[in-house]
Amino acid sequence: MSSATPNAGGEHKLEQEDFEPRILVFCCNWCSYAGADLAGVSRLQMPPHFRVIRVMCSARVDPEFVLRAFQKGADGVLVAGCHPADCHYIGGNYRTRRRIALLRILLQQFGFDPGRLKLEWISAGEGERFQKTIVEFTDVVNELGPSPVRGGD
Amino acid sequence: MPEDTNIEKKPRIGVFICHCGSNIGGFVDVKAVTEYASTLPDVVYATDNLYTCAEDGLNNIKESIKEHNLDRVVVSSCTPRTHAPLFQRTCEAAGVNKYMFTFVNIREHCSWVHMKEKEKATQKAKDLVRMGVARARFLEPQEETKIDVTPAALVVGGGVAGMTAALSLANMGFPVHLVEKEKELGGFVKNLHGLMMTKKSANEAIQPLIDKVNAQKNITQYVNSHVATVEGFIGNYDVSIGTEGSESKEVKVGAIIVATGAIPLVPEGLFGYKEHPNVVTSMEFEELCNKKEIPKLKSVAFIQCAGARGQKVSYCSRICCNVAIKTAINIAENRDNMLGATEEKAEAEAGQVVEEPAAEMKAEDEGLERRRRRRGRGRREADEAADEGGAPSSGVEITVFNRDVMAYGVEHELEFNKAREKRVKFIRYLPDNLPKVSTKDGKLEVGYFHETLKMERTMPVDMVILSTPLVSQPDAATLSQLLKVPLGQDGFFQEAHVKLRPVDFATDGVYVCGTCRGPADIAEAASQASAAASRAAIPLANGYVQAEALTSRVDETKCTGCGTCVEVCPYGALRKNDDGISEVIVAACKGCGCCGATCPEGAITMTHYTDQQLLAEAKAALEEV
Repeated sequence: MSSATPNAGGEHKLEQEDFEPRILVFCCNWCSYAGADLAGVSRLQMPPHFRVIRVMCSARVDPEFVLRAFQKGADGVLVAGCHPADCHYIGGNYRTRRRIALLRILLQQFGFDPGRLKLEWISAGEGERFQKTIVEFTDVVNELGPSPVRGGD
Repeated sequence: MPEDTNIEKKPRIGVFICHCGSNIGGFVDVKAVTEYASTLPDVVYATDNLYTCAEDGLNNIKESIKEHNLDRVVVSSCTPRTHAPLFQRTCEAAGVNKYMFTFVNIREHCSWVHMKEKEKATQKAKDLVRMGVARARFLEPQEETKIDVTPAALVVGGGVAGMTAALSLANMGFPVHLVEKEKELGGFVKNLHGLMMTKKSANEAIQPLIDKVNAQKNITQYVNSHVATVEGFIGNYDVSIGTEGSESKEVKVGAIIVATGAIPLVPEGLFGYKEHPNVVTSMEFEELCNKKEIPKLKSVAFIQCAGARGQKVSYCSRICCNVAIKTAINIAENRDNMLGATEEKAEAEAGQVVEEPAAEMKAEDEGLERRRRRRGRGRREADEAADEGGAPSSGVEITVFNRDVMAYGVEHELEFNKAREKRVKFIRYLPDNLPKVSTKDGKLEVGYFHETLKMERTMPVDMVILSTPLVSQPDAATLSQLLKVPLGQDGFFQEAHVKLRPVDFATDGVYVCGTCRGPADIAEAASQASAAASRAAIPLANGYVQAEALTSRVDETKCTGCGTCVEVCPYGALRKNDDGISEVIVAACKGCGCCGATCPEGAITMTHYTDQQLLAEAKAALEEV
């Protein structure tokens, strides 16, 4: 149970001992990245398995990026954007919402559990929400186990 | 996937890893991360600094660039949101293009959130640095373009905010086109009867502003007009102004100020509105005052937050408490004979009683009176006098049913106390127990739950005034689409940042002021207008704007001209050229990247956030180490 975080997620049920999930997080610069920064400033502890990639808008996240990430062995991908009606670029997040909904269907057809792809709205003021999202998503990915690309199911 | 062969010239990357005192160094083994960084491809120099952002840290970057002939820089420290500009300037000072810089966040996203797992935090920091270096290998220098600005402005809306903004810009010497949809200037305020804290009528109060606008030669007015179309971007807008009964006019402007105001909510179905003629909104009451059509009143009730704060709209409308206080004082003082002007008796009565407190006041030191008023002692004495059988000063019973009185600030608080001195009663209600307006034998009455006495009460009244919130203009959505600026959840225009950029839109070149961005009183609208005018004046006075080089780029050899990108761009920054191929209007592009993610041919990418860079970063994140 070494990969479970001692201080944030509580009890984890792991499929596999020593599973270190690899989670990629695409954060839009204006809301979610700032939300992640706020979580840091507030010293909100969370599991250390996520890696943030900054994009200007969640709508920049080309479906190809997500598919490539899974191809390269990501166990989970989180796309985080501004809340509806709050997008810095007017309505990019609405497009993201549609794309992710379709992508989840596509992923399932490729044999991935659609739960491995998550979309979340996190504002610049929601450090706690960022933490909560990371904790919960890490739990979900832990539960799902390694991605099929890495030999899981 | 990006391959090394895509890199034309072998990059020379310098990596600077910050301890941030103990903020990073206390939870991440910075020495180990630095050692690891030096092993990454194309890294020719890696070092750690106690504080990279301090003078010696910055000098270290500059010297290292020269010494090791670095052509790109990775700083691994805090967040780009606060420190990127500083490091970019440092790079530029040492001759490295600012777009050849990459930020890696190992504080907010690592050391501060994994404080109890040093080993894992260190591993994560290594991964993050590897991602940053992978991205840095594909960076390209960018040129920021200068765009010429037409030194003229468009102001939409001829109320207090619009007139103030137009006048401000015109006085700076810029030609201003002022568009008003009604037949005359003056906006919301011109329909009001009286204003708070001034004895003048609303019309008298704003006439000097209107006169100044009329006299200002730099301002071209368009009444009965609207903005029909807007094309272009900051510095270069082509606007078509449609005027009733005449041909539309085309103007060129460099900046646009939105000051379209708001309207009061019509409280359909609330508190007996429309069921009884004497249930009116505060706006309608102002109109009745103007027409001198107020019936003789013995008892009048205000109901605050009528339709606001969780009823029809969610927000507090900010001005209604103060409007009710103003109106209550006016009624109590029978100002301008607003009540039953033709009835001499009422007039005489009111005249007498109003004199009295004024005479009393003279006897006392003014400062003492102010202090007393603030402490509310004056009110208590007045209460006691009334309890001993004294009639309310105006002969009118005035009750303000409220959830809580938002008489914010020094002046409003004083007015609030003044109203209480005038025997205006403030009775609190809770949102789950709203006052009920009904009729009994044809007479209006208000039923309410008295929170102190904990019992239901009924109060007969002659008139109920509903303090309804300001709501957004019904045509705000049309304008928001024309200008490509957002509306918030409540339909008001949404500024770029609620605290730091209150009169800018996220779209450069368009600014906002007055009640179209949310309820505001006259003074607030005027300050916002001055602020918006001075913000708009920056590009106009400079004569140019510098566009950030974060824009989309079309590969013409891949584009099939399907036009999807043109459709999805929220800024109209893409268009088809004469060959039917998409092209980017660089000055209008804000770099969100939506088009890039949409293009089915992979023909569009973003400068500084290219597919190649982002994929390299993602790939590096997932590498087995």
